[in-house]
Amino acid sequence: MALVEVKGVSKRFGGLTAVSEVDLTVNAGEVHCLIGPNGAGKSTLFKLIVGLYPPTAGSILFDSIDITAERPFARVQRGMSIKMQAPSVFKELPVRQNIQIALQERLSGAECAAEEERLLSLLNLAEDSGKLAGALSHGQQQWLEIGMALALQPQLLLLDEPTAGMSPEETYKTGELIKSFNAEGMTVLVVEHDMAFVRQVAQRVTVLHLGKIFARGSLDAILEDEKVAEIYLGKTHAH
Amino acid sequence: MLKLLDGPQTLGRGKIFWSCFLAVLAGALIYPLFADSYDVGNFAYFLIWIFMALGLCLMWGYGGMLSFGQTFFFGIAGYGYGVLAIDMGGGTATIAALVLSVVIAMIAAGILGYFMIWGGISGIFFGIVTLSATLVLAFFLGQTAGPEWHIGPARLNGFNGMKGMDPLTVGSFDIEGSALYYLMIALIVIVYIALRMLVNSSVGNVIVATRENPQRAEMLGYDVRKYQLLTFVIGSGLAGLSGALYTSWGQFITPSSIGLPAAAMPIVWVAFSGRNDLTATLVGSFLLLFGFQTITVYSQQAALVLMGVLLLATVMLAPQGFVLGIGKLVVDWWTRRRRRDEGPALADTGRLQSDET
Repeated sequence: MALVEVKGVSKRFGGLTAVSEVDLTVNAGEVHCLIGPNGAGKSTLFKLIVGLYPPTAGSILFDSIDITAERPFARVQRGMSIKMQAPSVFKELPVRQNIQIALQERLSGAECAAEEERLLSLLNLAEDSGKLAGALSHGQQQWLEIGMALALQPQLLLLDEPTAGMSPEETYKTGELIKSFNAEGMTVLVVEHDMAFVRQVAQRVTVLHLGKIFARGSLDAILEDEKVAEIYLGKTHAH
Repeated sequence: MLKLLDGPQTLGRGKIFWSCFLAVLAGALIYPLFADSYDVGNFAYFLIWIFMALGLCLMWGYGGMLSFGQTFFFGIAGYGYGVLAIDMGGGTATIAALVLSVVIAMIAAGILGYFMIWGGISGIFFGIVTLSATLVLAFFLGQTAGPEWHIGPARLNGFNGMKGMDPLTVGSFDIEGSALYYLMIALIVIVYIALRMLVNSSVGNVIVATRENPQRAEMLGYDVRKYQLLTFVIGSGLAGLSGALYTSWGQFITPSSIGLPAAAMPIVWVAFSGRNDLTATLVGSFLLLFGFQTITVYSQQAALVLMGVLLLATVMLAPQGFVLGIGKLVVDWWTRRRRRDEGPALADTGRLQSDET
């Protein structure tokens, strides 16, 4: 069953067409990776899905409801949760308060405190919970933002380059974390450059190129597609 | 509910802080017993402005919205009180005039805030638009000298200002002098406690989150516009309360209490005090008002220049505010000393959020 349906979506910035007539379906319960070379339109498509950009044409459905005109907060209230490309946390507030702000709409009192502790230890941030979020390392800020996104217990977790700035070990752990939440039924849409990470988590992959869908299917099928290798994966194979 | 009094968004917590608070309150309550009525009246006058400063602290320090419009709402409620008190016949109706004039200011804030916030105005443009509204109102009221400018029997009187309204009155008892002073103290305690509870609540968490990163706050499912509007309406309503009390205190109001020099004053008070904290704003604003009034007796120009110098000094030397900075230094020193004396078992009584940084 489709959880997200992107139908004929285009986005133009003046004379530049960043995304052109894209159709994309993310099925409930899958980890779907959106890949492509720089400038392919991945982040633009991501921002169209989360509501940061209004599309020039086309529509976006979430759980069969047209959300094209909805603002980001309304999409989040429907069950989306979003982690942006650059760490986007409340830098002047303590780590614990960042998590609290994410949790407080769903939980209160002792339940909220217990979930706070669980998330902080899951993200290896328990010892730093009193620090200002801005004092964390880049990788830790990425984790904190993932934790804030998870705190909403979303149906759909949207992650834009979640491992940027992380060490290989942190990247692997993030992948395992995503897989564990997916195993519990959470749908995940990931925009990512790191092919090792994509191999670790992806169940289905869509390749974007020059703002259009170039290929889609299982990771194995994508990896065997010579045209995809030509535009994007050549360097990866070479490694 | 009471645990909201002490939270991450407010300076000072624990027994030491609240003991100091009660001591200051007790001192304020017995002050009229020892002071002459002129000084008590002056103190009541200083306290009138505290609401406006606390409102700006909420909007600017907690909500990240620098409003230059505090005197706009001060003026609306001040003139509103004058018109209503005259048109309703004075006497006990002045209490209703006070409440209604603050409500009118809040409705005006709701309308102006809606167009600004839903229109996407933020940052420096928020200050520009609110300042423009303030100057337009001051200019408009300045040209209402003609007899055609009246609302019922209440004439606006242009630059000469409105006069002739009753002070706050209950029955035949005029709330003036010591009575007004005690009313101010009661209102300040109520407003201060209510604001502390607000900023330490889940709503306060979102207000601060909106200041820090509005996009992230929206990505957590919060309609940040509603929280910004709420903050703007409350902060502006407090300016309105100052305006209505000011008119009641002096039984007059003029457009000069709305114009540019007046509009800049709350910015100076709050910036000097420390916009990120209610207590610092409360203390710092009172000290500045007291100092300003004292110097004004000798030279109003010198007092205005001093305000400008203080604003520059704050920007250059203590961007987070002098009172807040000094408060943090004192508490940090006290905490370090107690840690040294009592070892690691020290409870965190009186800690500040800055300790954790």
